[in-house]
Amino acid sequence: MVTLRRPLMLICLAGTEQVDQTLFLIMFKPLKRVVVTGDTHGNEMSGVYLAKHWLKNPSELQRETFSATPFLGNPRATEKIVRYVDQDLNRSFKTEILTSSSEGDELYEIKRAKEINQLYGPKGSTQTYDFMIDMHNTTSNMGACLIVDSTENHLIMHMANYVQKNYTLAKTPIYLYKLGDEESYAIDSICKYGLALEVGPQPQGVVRADALKHMRGLVNSVLDFIDLFNKGTAFPAFEIEAYKLLAREDYPRSSDGEIMAIIHPHLQDKDFDPLNPGDPMFQTLDGKDIIYEGDTPVYPTFINEGAYYEKKIAFAKMEKLTFSIPAIQAQTE
Amino acid sequence: MAFCHVDHELAPVRRVAIFGGTHGNELSGVLLVKHWLENSAEIQRVGMVVKPFLTNPRAVQKCARYIDCDLNRVFDTEHLSEQETEDMLYEVKRAQKINSIFGPKGSDDAFDLIFDLHNTTSNMGSTLILEDLNDDFTVQMFHYIKLALSPASCPVLLIDHSNLKYATTRSVAKHSVGVEVGPQSHGVVRADILDNMRRIIKHGLDFVELFNSGKEFPPCSIEVYKIQEKVDYPRNEAGEIVAFVHHHLQDQDWQALKPGDPVFLDLDGNVIVYDGDYTVYPTFVNEAAYYEKKQAFIKTVKVTLTAKCIRSSVLNQE
Repeated sequence: MVTLRRPLMLICLAGTEQVDQTLFLIMFKPLKRVVVTGDTHGNEMSGVYLAKHWLKNPSELQRETFSATPFLGNPRATEKIVRYVDQDLNRSFKTEILTSSSEGDELYEIKRAKEINQLYGPKGSTQTYDFMIDMHNTTSNMGACLIVDSTENHLIMHMANYVQKNYTLAKTPIYLYKLGDEESYAIDSICKYGLALEVGPQPQGVVRADALKHMRGLVNSVLDFIDLFNKGTAFPAFEIEAYKLLAREDYPRSSDGEIMAIIHPHLQDKDFDPLNPGDPMFQTLDGKDIIYEGDTPVYPTFINEGAYYEKKIAFAKMEKLTFSIPAIQAQTE
Repeated sequence: MAFCHVDHELAPVRRVAIFGGTHGNELSGVLLVKHWLENSAEIQRVGMVVKPFLTNPRAVQKCARYIDCDLNRVFDTEHLSEQETEDMLYEVKRAQKINSIFGPKGSDDAFDLIFDLHNTTSNMGSTLILEDLNDDFTVQMFHYIKLALSPASCPVLLIDHSNLKYATTRSVAKHSVGVEVGPQSHGVVRADILDNMRRIIKHGLDFVELFNSGKEFPPCSIEVYKIQEKVDYPRNEAGEIVAFVHHHLQDQDWQALKPGDPVFLDLDGNVIVYDGDYTVYPTFVNEAAYYEKKQAFIKTVKVTLTAKCIRSSVLNQE
């Protein structure tokens, strides 16, 4: 990644908060080696069926400047139509796990993570694939959500912006998942760049034609963007709204861990809408409301996601922010 | 006041159970039954005992439909009389236990009535499942519940069929009521769906209480959807699904499907249409648990059922 400063005098401002991003043009290498995975969670069926389809007939993934390679991340979970066999694959890509030496007694997903890392990584090395699309479904009403690590990833923010403007059949909010300095544990973190697509609501183990159509539309839009980018198209600076993860909220639980209250009917399906201080979050089976007592509005997402009961997450609290993203262009030889 | 012919007097319904967790990932029933096990005031009525019961606790703990096999398919004589062995399937063992507590199925000792609480990923609304079209008591109850819930709809699915009827958990009782509320993803509890399920139980228990108190229920008729046939997904030779429920059919449970209407859509955009001769009413459209049962939806036809006048025999005895 090379930063070209147009007016030279801006050098001294770099690194301060007042930098005018519109004055920058950031150059990236083209994205030539691209992979698409669909079954990181084996019961999120839009991706499972699209990846299987593309393995048989990859023409849809071809563009002038590259061809994306489809692959199945977790075939054993897919066969059983479960999220995972031994542990969540999409939490298994920390360097520590990928480089651990324990062989033989390993959990299936750790073994798979290491294999996938060898194929499309290794994470952090110069040989990694350029870009990975990771397809997911959620039981939450999140629309066609684009999951990015952070807005510092300018190339992916441009991609997200392009998708928002070009795929308009569903809401396409941007979810920024990086919390602090924590290393990403997600599958797409082994490539140079990654984007996770989170389409819902769709029950686990079910294919809905509408969700599948949105997923397919998003993937095609991402591939179109990469093709334009690879051809040297300059993408100007812009401002964009995105939701940044603040914290995760668990269900109210009894001392023995049992859920004592469920998502309030007023919050259900309201992903990305503001939750204001005093608004109800949960409801007990006796009909008592539990309200949000924070000081400022938050924007809940992953509300009532089926897979997150065991992770002790009733919803994720987000803040809505506007970001300024500098112009980018591919560095063509 | 007594218009009922003496032949239509039925024994009072004193022993009632409410089952949840027959499928461990259908959470409305699981949470309601757990709640009622702690605090049963809401489900108690005069003149009867109502017992909430978690039927498949291991599946509930795992949040899975079942451990070894579908509990809601093993209440046939063969499984219920199977000799206990070390490697006996967990659900068969449970079925025998449930049968010993609430049955034995088909005997005089069996519970009078069991409600079994289920959820579906299909857009079936608040559905009641009827097993026996000649069960006047249950038809009368469904008539009562439908009226009480109106104008909200409460469709009745009749599974009385020579091949398609299955040996349900609730079938150990003299009268059995399947409660099927959706859409709700498995492993998720939605407040709205839970509330709809709760209303059905409230009205069902109210009906039993009225019946036991001697109230006479005049002849009635209800419209039911009678199961006709299962329809599988289109599959290739390897058994893999090659086309999905068409978006025009998705969420259209109980709506008319006419010859020529789209049913499935494949990934190349080809549409497969319904090629039957007459209108059917699909239900269990795109139910997650039925992919493995090779069922994309079931076809039903509308039928009107009539129940005779009923009255509890208790007053005459006292």
